[in-house]
Amino acid sequence: MLKYTLKRFGIMLLTIWIIITFTFFLMHLMPGDPFTNQKKIPEEILDNMMEKYGLNDPLLVQYGTYLGKVLQFDLGDSFKYRGRSVNTILRDSFGVSGSLGLYSIIFGAVAGISFGIIAALNRGKFFDYFVIILAVLGVSVPNFVFATLFQYFLGFKLGALTSEWGFRIFPIARWGTPMHYVLPVLALGASYIAYIARMMRTSMLDVINQDYIRTAKAKGLSQRTVVWKHAIRNAILPIVTILGVAIAGIVIGSLVIENIFAIPGMGKYFYQSVLENDYMMIMGTTIFYAVILIVMMFLIDVLYGVVDPRIRLD
Amino acid sequence: MAERLLTVENLAVCFETYAGEVQAVRDVSFYLDKGETLAIVGESGCGKSVTAQTVMQLIPMPPGKIKAGRVVLDGVEISALTDKQMESVRGEQISMIFQDPMTSLNPTMKVGKQIMEVLIKHQDMDKKEAKEKAVEMLKLVGIPKPEKRVDQYPHQYSGGMRQRAMIAIALACNPKLLIADEPTTALDVTIQAQIMELMQDLQQKLHTAIILITHDLGVVADVADRIAVMYAGKILESGSLDDIFKNPQHPYTWGLIQSVPRLDRKTRLIPIEGTPPDLIAPPVGCPFAARCQYCMQICRDQYPDKTAIKGNHYVHCWLQHEMAPKVDNPLAKGGNA
Amino acid sequence: MSDMTYKQDDFKIIGKDLEGSERIVRKSLTYWQDAWMRLKANRTALIGLIIIIVITLMCFLVPLLSEQTFNYQDYDAINEQPSSAHLFGTDELGRDLWVRSWKGGQISLLIAVAATIINVTIGVIYGGISGHFGGKVDIVMMRFIEIIYSVPQLIWLILLRFVMGNGLGVIIFVLSITGWGGMARIVRGQVLQLKQMDFVTAARTLGANTPRIMWRHLIPNTMGPIIVNLTFQVPGAVFAEAFLSYLGLGVQPPLASWGLLVNNGTKMLLVHPYQLFFPAFLMCVFMLAFNIVGDGLRDALDPRLRA
Repeated sequence: MLKYTLKRFGIMLLTIWIIITFTFFLMHLMPGDPFTNQKKIPEEILDNMMEKYGLNDPLLVQYGTYLGKVLQFDLGDSFKYRGRSVNTILRDSFGVSGSLGLYSIIFGAVAGISFGIIAALNRGKFFDYFVIILAVLGVSVPNFVFATLFQYFLGFKLGALTSEWGFRIFPIARWGTPMHYVLPVLALGASYIAYIARMMRTSMLDVINQDYIRTAKAKGLSQRTVVWKHAIRNAILPIVTILGVAIAGIVIGSLVIENIFAIPGMGKYFYQSVLENDYMMIMGTTIFYAVILIVMMFLIDVLYGVVDPRIRLD
Repeated sequence: MAERLLTVENLAVCFETYAGEVQAVRDVSFYLDKGETLAIVGESGCGKSVTAQTVMQLIPMPPGKIKAGRVVLDGVEISALTDKQMESVRGEQISMIFQDPMTSLNPTMKVGKQIMEVLIKHQDMDKKEAKEKAVEMLKLVGIPKPEKRVDQYPHQYSGGMRQRAMIAIALACNPKLLIADEPTTALDVTIQAQIMELMQDLQQKLHTAIILITHDLGVVADVADRIAVMYAGKILESGSLDDIFKNPQHPYTWGLIQSVPRLDRKTRLIPIEGTPPDLIAPPVGCPFAARCQYCMQICRDQYPDKTAIKGNHYVHCWLQHEMAPKVDNPLAKGGNA
Repeated sequence: MSDMTYKQDDFKIIGKDLEGSERIVRKSLTYWQDAWMRLKANRTALIGLIIIIVITLMCFLVPLLSEQTFNYQDYDAINEQPSSAHLFGTDELGRDLWVRSWKGGQISLLIAVAATIINVTIGVIYGGISGHFGGKVDIVMMRFIEIIYSVPQLIWLILLRFVMGNGLGVIIFVLSITGWGGMARIVRGQVLQLKQMDFVTAARTLGANTPRIMWRHLIPNTMGPIIVNLTFQVPGAVFAEAFLSYLGLGVQPPLASWGLLVNNGTKMLLVHPYQLFFPAFLMCVFMLAFNIVGDGLRDALDPRLRA
């Protein structure tokens, strides 16, 4: 177990380093410099700024400086929002994106796993078909379409209905109250419910056909015990790994969802910075996203090691 | 006086598949007395596992289907019980151990817990009592350091130990009947002997009746009281150990005995040529006809009636008919018996 | 006991009929025949297949045969509801949405198929090499993929697109560069598994050399998962392109793509919902059909479900 954890940890560090390096060089491949898009700046001030940001130094020097700063958790200053460091922006918006993401994952996982289990236990019957259809839909309809539909039907239309009673039930956009969570979480979670439900269903069906389930039945255990203590306990193992993929997907999805619902999260800032060529911000955000995901993957690997006794006790 | 424990009457089981209906078990009948060991012997695919699993209602009912017959245990018609009712029979009155101990144990549950489950369910023990009994059972089946082993996982046990653990689970509630479906096939030869010895030993201690299912006649010789020879979904010959080994009547039985390799003298290996029939379209007459050197026209046309030889020794073979030519048992002439 | 009278003839010994016993009762099917049979039996998958064919045809025929081109702007007909003149209505620049939606499909499909072909080629070769050589080579190659995949594909897409500028070629490049990892992993897994199988050892014992083994044994057995994965790559690429276009980083106007049209439609949702509805519907139905067919193929090609 220890060896396994250390190995995953080492890979994690290596990956982060590679991502930082790669992102850095990628950004610097871009034509022009960060100031080309902005309004005319007098020569001198431009020169000063280039000096200040070290843009006149040779590339490798810039890389070294940047790497050093990153290791001290300093992601630099944003070019667009001058005066605000990337760190501050990220910190402010991460809280928002983080909670959105967290609720979406919990919602997606709980709903997905439950649907998957029920579908597998009712193979061939109505619920099974229902879940399969849902799963296929979830994977075929992009989450921005879902988001827009939810916004329209549940936010706008339903809201128009309830406004006659004095309130709008689901806010269409922006952030602030618990109610504001409902539509975005639903939209973000929807594709993941579909994906997780389908994986869980397959996993359950696989496990149900295993010999040890037959043994459990031969022991006279009730159907309920067989399902909960034997089947689900084993079927859920591979889902732990899937969670990693789901988390990555939710991070991506948030880019779009935050834009649609005008939520002041990281996704929105990332997108803006891409449109505005603010490359400190882009690099910083990419690295931040990557690090979060890589750390999450590492934690999930460790979690898997804990949950599967075959790995835990070696 | 022997007391009847189990009666299987005219059991017929089929499976609905893509390609058609497969007749896995066709009109099988046998009985078992308390404390007896019955061996059901036959090639792969002859229906012996399906028969055993049907006794415990472990066959999933689509695609499986019981076409006919019934199973009576100690006076109760268990084939008529619902699945829920069977829960109190399984593990407590009848237990089963399977061929591959590696996959038959839950990999994420401690072995001790897997034993405790049966005790808690059927004998109303609390956790503490159940754990103590589990340790006792592990000791009974010959697992060293049972107090430590009880908290370990299956992957930490060796193959032979796992099968012992399976036996511990099966016998924890002291069932009347133990069905062992090819218990030693997946194990090394030396371990095989140990496991068979263990089962015999436990049978003496606990007076459990055993149905031993195997394709290996060699394994059966020391252990069985009676033997039933099964082929293509039917029982061709059945009798006591002595009857079958000393006075076998069916050409298939002769073939089986002849094909057991011998270590004590150098003889030619005599296999039975050919393969068993496809049970999607089972043959009308005797299923062994195509591979039998004594096959007669009538064997192909009609299934032979039952002929009683002596006591509970019977056989289904046209060679027994008065109109058939007299054929001597090739084994009696200094063959491989 | 029956009391039929028997003929003495019936009791003459006639001996074995080994040919009869070995006669195969069921028709023997090759893997592909079996898979095709199973696929045909799966009605949903067949419907999916038909939908795919119909949509693809329409995507190419409608823009070709229609009177109005996709970027003709008729200022007299701005934001019109669907009518007989304009089946899907018009957008804010007076362009006919019927043609535009199908044209959008054409572009989206072109991008998706091109990207998929490149993806699959790279993936199969990379995975094949990694699996075939095994050992250190395999470990390094797989680590490489793991590292690339630690950043989600769509972030790579955005970054690369940002760096490389505009154009259909760029989009295709960007999609293919980031999508081959899944295929590579699958092929590598298959090759590793098959390499150890006895039939490969048997072939080698009979004197087959490496290229022959790869060509006649390994590749045909990996075709199944490759085909299934390929089928899922296409909607994946459509989705990725739609995502990019939705963010304004994909196909640019006056060209059309499904993602772009959905983006436009979203802006007009509250006022002219049909502008979102039609392209979104087309795209979703297409992806749905592909997913269904992919599922059907997966079931049909799974050797464990053989009849």
